[in-house]
Amino acid sequence: MKAFDPVLAPYIVALPLIGALGLLLLGRRLRAVAGLVASATVGVGFVLGVIVLVQMLGVTEKGGHGREAVVRVWEWISAGSFSVNVDLLVDPLSMVMVLVVTGVGTLIHVYSIGYMHDDPRYSRFFGYMNLFVASMLLLVLADNLLLLYVGWEGVGLCSYLLIGFWFERRAAAGAAKKAFIVNRVGDFSFLIGIFVLSVTVSSLTVSSINEAAGGMTAGIATTAALLLFGGATGKSAQIPLYVWLPDAMEGPTPVSALIHAATMVTAGVYMVARFSPVFEASGGLALGVVAWIGALTALWAALMAAAEYDIKRVLAYSTISQLGYMFLALGVRAYSIAIFHLVTHAFFKALMFLGAGSIMHSLDGEVDMRNMSGLRKVMPITAFTFMTGWLAISGIIPFSGFFSKDAILASAWHQGRYALWAIGAGTALLTAFYMSRLYFRIFEGDLKVPEGVHVHESPPSMVGALIPLGVLSVVGGVINLPGLLTLDHFLEPVVGESEVPSGFTPWILGAIALLAGIAGIAFARTLYLLPGGATRRAALCERFKTPVDAARNKFWVDEIYGRGIVLPGKAFASFCANVIDARLVDGAVNGGGRVVAGAGWLFRRAQSGYVRSYALTFLFGVVVIFSLLVFRVAL
Amino acid sequence: MPFVPPEIRLAGIAPEMALVVSAFVVLIAGTFARSRVNRVYLPALATIGFGASIYFAVSVWGENELQLSDMIALDGFATFCKISLAVFGLLTVWLGSDYLTRDGIEEPEFYGLVLLAVAGMMLMASAADLIVIFLALETFSIALYVLVGYRRRSIEGQESAMKYFLLGAFSSSFFLLGIALAYGAVGSTNLYGNSENPGLAQFLSESASEATGVLVLATGFLVVGLGFKIAAVPFHMWTPDAYQGAPSPITGFMAAGSKLAGFAALLRLFDASLFALRWEWRPLLIGIAVATMIAGSVLAVVQEDIKRMLAYSSIAHAGFVLTGVIATNDRGISGSLFYLATYGIAVLGGFAVVSILGGKDEHRVRLVDYKGAFYEHPALAGALTLFLLSLAGVPVTSGFVGKLVVFGAAIEAGYSWVVVIGMLTSAIAAFFYLRVLVVMYMQEPDESRPPIPVGRAASTVVALTAVATIILGLFWSPLIGAAEDATFFFVGG
Amino acid sequence: MTLGAYLPILFLVILSTAFAVLSIVAASKLSPRNWTAAKRTAYESGIVPEHDIERERFPVKFYLVAMLFIIFDIETVFLYPWAVAFEDLKLFGLIEMLAFIAILLAAYVYVWRRGGLEWAE
Repeated sequence: MKAFDPVLAPYIVALPLIGALGLLLLGRRLRAVAGLVASATVGVGFVLGVIVLVQMLGVTEKGGHGREAVVRVWEWISAGSFSVNVDLLVDPLSMVMVLVVTGVGTLIHVYSIGYMHDDPRYSRFFGYMNLFVASMLLLVLADNLLLLYVGWEGVGLCSYLLIGFWFERRAAAGAAKKAFIVNRVGDFSFLIGIFVLSVTVSSLTVSSINEAAGGMTAGIATTAALLLFGGATGKSAQIPLYVWLPDAMEGPTPVSALIHAATMVTAGVYMVARFSPVFEASGGLALGVVAWIGALTALWAALMAAAEYDIKRVLAYSTISQLGYMFLALGVRAYSIAIFHLVTHAFFKALMFLGAGSIMHSLDGEVDMRNMSGLRKVMPITAFTFMTGWLAISGIIPFSGFFSKDAILASAWHQGRYALWAIGAGTALLTAFYMSRLYFRIFEGDLKVPEGVHVHESPPSMVGALIPLGVLSVVGGVINLPGLLTLDHFLEPVVGESEVPSGFTPWILGAIALLAGIAGIAFARTLYLLPGGATRRAALCERFKTPVDAARNKFWVDEIYGRGIVLPGKAFASFCANVIDARLVDGAVNGGGRVVAGAGWLFRRAQSGYVRSYALTFLFGVVVIFSLLVFRVAL
Repeated sequence: MPFVPPEIRLAGIAPEMALVVSAFVVLIAGTFARSRVNRVYLPALATIGFGASIYFAVSVWGENELQLSDMIALDGFATFCKISLAVFGLLTVWLGSDYLTRDGIEEPEFYGLVLLAVAGMMLMASAADLIVIFLALETFSIALYVLVGYRRRSIEGQESAMKYFLLGAFSSSFFLLGIALAYGAVGSTNLYGNSENPGLAQFLSESASEATGVLVLATGFLVVGLGFKIAAVPFHMWTPDAYQGAPSPITGFMAAGSKLAGFAALLRLFDASLFALRWEWRPLLIGIAVATMIAGSVLAVVQEDIKRMLAYSSIAHAGFVLTGVIATNDRGISGSLFYLATYGIAVLGGFAVVSILGGKDEHRVRLVDYKGAFYEHPALAGALTLFLLSLAGVPVTSGFVGKLVVFGAAIEAGYSWVVVIGMLTSAIAAFFYLRVLVVMYMQEPDESRPPIPVGRAASTVVALTAVATIILGLFWSPLIGAAEDATFFFVGG
Repeated sequence: MTLGAYLPILFLVILSTAFAVLSIVAASKLSPRNWTAAKRTAYESGIVPEHDIERERFPVKFYLVAMLFIIFDIETVFLYPWAVAFEDLKLFGLIEMLAFIAILLAAYVYVWRRGGLEWAE
C-alpha cells in the first residue's frame, strides 16, 4: 500500500499567497480581474484540498492511522539540534479546517465580487482577503508552533486591515484598533504559552509536544494549557476578551462572514483541539476552565444578542455565543464534536452574514432591524436561505445546527457536567429566541423599508453564494450522522473519540434540545409575529426593566473595561512614556548613544586624514603586537 | 647535472589565467576601437573572461592536491573563493560599465584592472606558499591602487589612491618581514610541506618547541600584512579614505573582493598551516577582532557620508568574520566563507545603489542627500533597505545567517564572550543602518532634484544582488553546504 | 620557550639600528663642510644645469618613459641567463621564454597603442 504523501498540500497555501502578493503589488492594474483571480486561487485550493482528502481517505489502515503526513516545504532555521522548518502537517483535523476555509472562503470571495464591486480599493480588498486565507491555511497546516504563530499573527493582521478597510470612517478605524489591541492581550498569553512549551519539550513541533504532554507534570501542563487558552480567548472572542468582535462588524460584511464568523475566530477552537493532549495532561483544571468559560460566554453573549437591534451585531453576539458552545464541547473532551459544530457553524453563520450583507446591499447599508420588515416578499432568495440558517442555529431537526448542538449538550451530560448542560440548554432556548426575533422582524410582516430606498434582490454573484451555503446549512449535519464516514470517526486518530451517551438518554436529550429550540421560536413568535406582540413586548420589558436595560447596554462591559483597564492603562502608559521612558529609558538609551557617539567623535579625531598619522597608528599596532608576542612567548 | 623541468599542471591556476588572458585582450582590444564601441563590447569581453574563469573553477570542484611545486593549492576552499570572487568581479564590471558611461570616464583600463585584480585575489585563495601569497597580494593591490584613483578629475580620488598606496606599501613591507622571519625559522616559505620538503605545517608538527619563537614573531607580522587588506583595527585607517575616494563600484568591489581574498589567505595560513600554533596567535586575533568590531561600529555612528559609513561598517564586518577565524574549527571556516560570500553580495548591492543614487561624479553621497530617497526611487531605496538590513544581520536576509554561523562556530569553540561583544556591536551597528532608513523613508527631500538616470546594467546588478540577499536569507542550505564541502576539501584543514 | 630564541633577532635589530645611526652620525660629524656654489648645484654628469631644477617641474611623461624603459630592460636581463642555459633548458626553456616575451609583447602593444611612447601631446 502506498504511504500517504500529500504533495499538493503546499500549493493550497501557496496559491492564495501568490494571489495576495500579485493583487497587493500590481493593485490597480489587476482591478478588472481581481475578484476572479482571488476567488480562483481559493477555489483551486479547495479542489486541491478535496484531492488530498480523497488521497487521505484512500489510506485505510486500521484505526485511521497513517492518515497523517508532514510535508517539508523548506528548512528554515537549523542551529545544532534546534531546528525550525516550514513543515505542513496534513492530517484529518487540518484537512477539515482546510476544506472549511477554502470552501466557505471561495463562496465568500465570489459573493464579494458583487458586494465590493463599486469600492475604490476593490483589488486591495481581494489582496487582503487572499492574504487572510493564506495565513489561515498556514495556521491550520502548521506543524510547529512558530509557524502556527506566524499564521496566527497573519490572520490577526488581516483582520485588523479588513476591519479598518473603510478607515475613513472613524468607527471602523477605532474598531480595528480595538480588535488589534484586545487580540494582542491574548497573543501575549499565547506567546508565553509557546515559550513554556518550547522550554519544557525543547521542540516546537505539534507531534513532539503532544507526545511529550503525557510526561508533563500537571502544573506545567496546566500553566501551558491555560496560557494557550488565553490566546484562544482573544482570537475566538471569549470572556473576558470578546469585546472586540461586535465592534469588528464595522468591516465589510464579507469580512465579517469569512473572518469574524466562519474561520479566523475558530482558530482558538482549532488550536485547543490541536493541543488537546496538553489540556488533557493538566488533569481537569484547564479543561474545566475551558468548559466554564465557554458555557458562560455562550449564555452571556446570547443575552446581549437578544437586546441588540443592529443585524450584524446580533450575528456577532451569536457568533460569540456559538464559539462558547465549541469551547464547552472542548472542555468536556468532545473535541471532534467541537470541530463538528465549528463546521456547521461556519456554514450557517457565513450564510446569515452574507444574507445580512445582501439586505444591507439592497437597503443602502441599513442595519437597524427596527427600520425594516417583510423583506421576504422582495428578496425571496435571501429570505429563504436566511431561514435555513435561522432554523439551523436554532437547532431544529433536520438542519445541521441541531446535530452539532445536540451532540455538545449530550457530551456535557455524559461527562456528568449537568450544570454546564443546563446552561447550554438554556442558551439554546435563548438562541432560538433571538434568532427568530431577527428573522421575524426582518423578513416577516408587512413590507417596511427606510425612506427612498429601492428594494431589490441582490445580484447573481451574491445570491449565487447564498444558495450553496443554504444547502450546506440544511444538510451539513450528515457529516456526523452515525455511519462509516462520520466526522467523529474521521478525526479520532488526531483528537480521540468523543464519548456520547448510549441507550435511551441521547433520544431524551435530543428531544429536550429540540424542544428548547421550538420553545424559543414560539416565544419569539408571540412577541414579534402574532398580533399584539408589541404590547406584550412592552409589558415584558417593563416587568424586567433592569435586566433588559443591562443587556441593552451590553452589561456595561465596555465601560467597565474603559474605566477599569483602559484608563488606568492609559495613565500607566503616560506614566511610562513621560517618566520611565522619557527619563529612565531614553536617558539610558540616549546616554548610551551619547557615549557611543562621543567615543566615535573621539576616535574620529585619530582619523585626521594625514597619511603620516595613519602610518603612526599602523606602527603603533605593530609595536603592540610585537611586544605582546614577545612577552607571551617569553613568559 | 641535467635539468629536469618541473611538472606543470595548470588546473589550479586556470581561472586566474583565464582572467589574465582576458585582461590582456581587453586592454589591447580597447586601444583599437572608439570609446563608444568599447562601451558595449569591453564589458562583454570581461564577462566572457569571468565566465571562462568560473567554468575552470567549477570543473575542478572536488579536487584536492598541491600543484606547481606545492605552491598552489587546488582544493574546494580555493574553488569556493574563486567562484565568489568571479561573481564579485562580474557584478563590478556590469555596474562599472554604466558608471563609466554616466561619468564619461570610459577607458579599457577599468576592465583590465578589475580582471587582473580578481586574478590576484583568486591567487590569494589558492596560494600555498608565502611568496605566492605576497605575489598575489601585490598583484591585486597594485590593480586596486590604480582603480581607487580612477577618477582622475576628483581630488578625493587622487588623495585616497595616494594614501592607499603609501599605507599599502608600508603594510607590504611588514608582510615581507614576516615572510623573511618565517623563512628564517622554518627554512621554507611553503605553507604545508612534506617529509622531504619542509613547510610551515610540517615544521610545526615535527619540531614543536624549537625555534618557534621566531615563527611566532613572523606570525605577528603576517597578521599585520593581511590585517591591512581585511581592514582590521589598527590597520584600518586607510579604509574610509580609500572607500570614499574610489568610484563606488570599485569601493564595493574592494569591500567584497579584497576582504574575501585577505580572509582566504588568513584562513589558509592560520586555520590550516599554523593550526598547531593557534595558542600563540589566537589571543592576538581575538584582540584584533574585538577592537575591530568595536571601533568599526562605534565610528560608523558618527559618519555623515554614506560611503565612509559603509567603510566603517566593512571594518566592523571584518571583526565579525574574524570570530569565525578564531574558532579554528570547520564550522568557523565554512561559516567565514559563507559570511564573506553573502557579505560581498550585499555590500556590492549597497554600493551599486550608492553609485546610482550618487548621480554624475558622485555628488550625492552624504546622508542628507538620501532624504526622501524612497519617494524618488522606491525600488532603489527598497533594495538599499534590504542590503542594509542584511548588513545589520536582520533575519530573513543573508546577513543574519552569516552572523548565525560565524557566531555559532565561535561559541562552539568556547569564545562566547567574543560573541557577546559581537552581538553588542551588531546592535550599535544596527543603529547607523537604521539611520539611513529613517532618512530615506521619514524625511522630505530638501529641494527638488533632477531625476537620476538609472542604467540597465546597474539596475540588473541591484536586482540580482537584492534577490540573492533575500534568497540566501531563506534558502541558505545549498550555499552553506557548498562552504562546508569546501572546508572538507581544505588541504591540511 | 625562553628568550634565548630571540637572541639572534635582538642582535640583528641592535646591529642594524646601530649601523644606521652610526652611519648618519659619522657622516654628519666627520665629514668636512665647505660648501661652494658648484657643490650646491645638482650633479648632471658634469654638465652645467641650464635651469634651476629645484623649482622646475618635469613632465610626467619623463617618468613614464623611464619606467617603460626599465620594464623592457628587465626583459633583456632575463634573456641573458636564459641564452646561456638554453642548451640545458631545451624545449621547456623555449616555451617559458616565449610565454614571457608574449606577455611583454602584449604590454608593448598596449603601451604603443595608448600612445605611451609618443612624447608630444
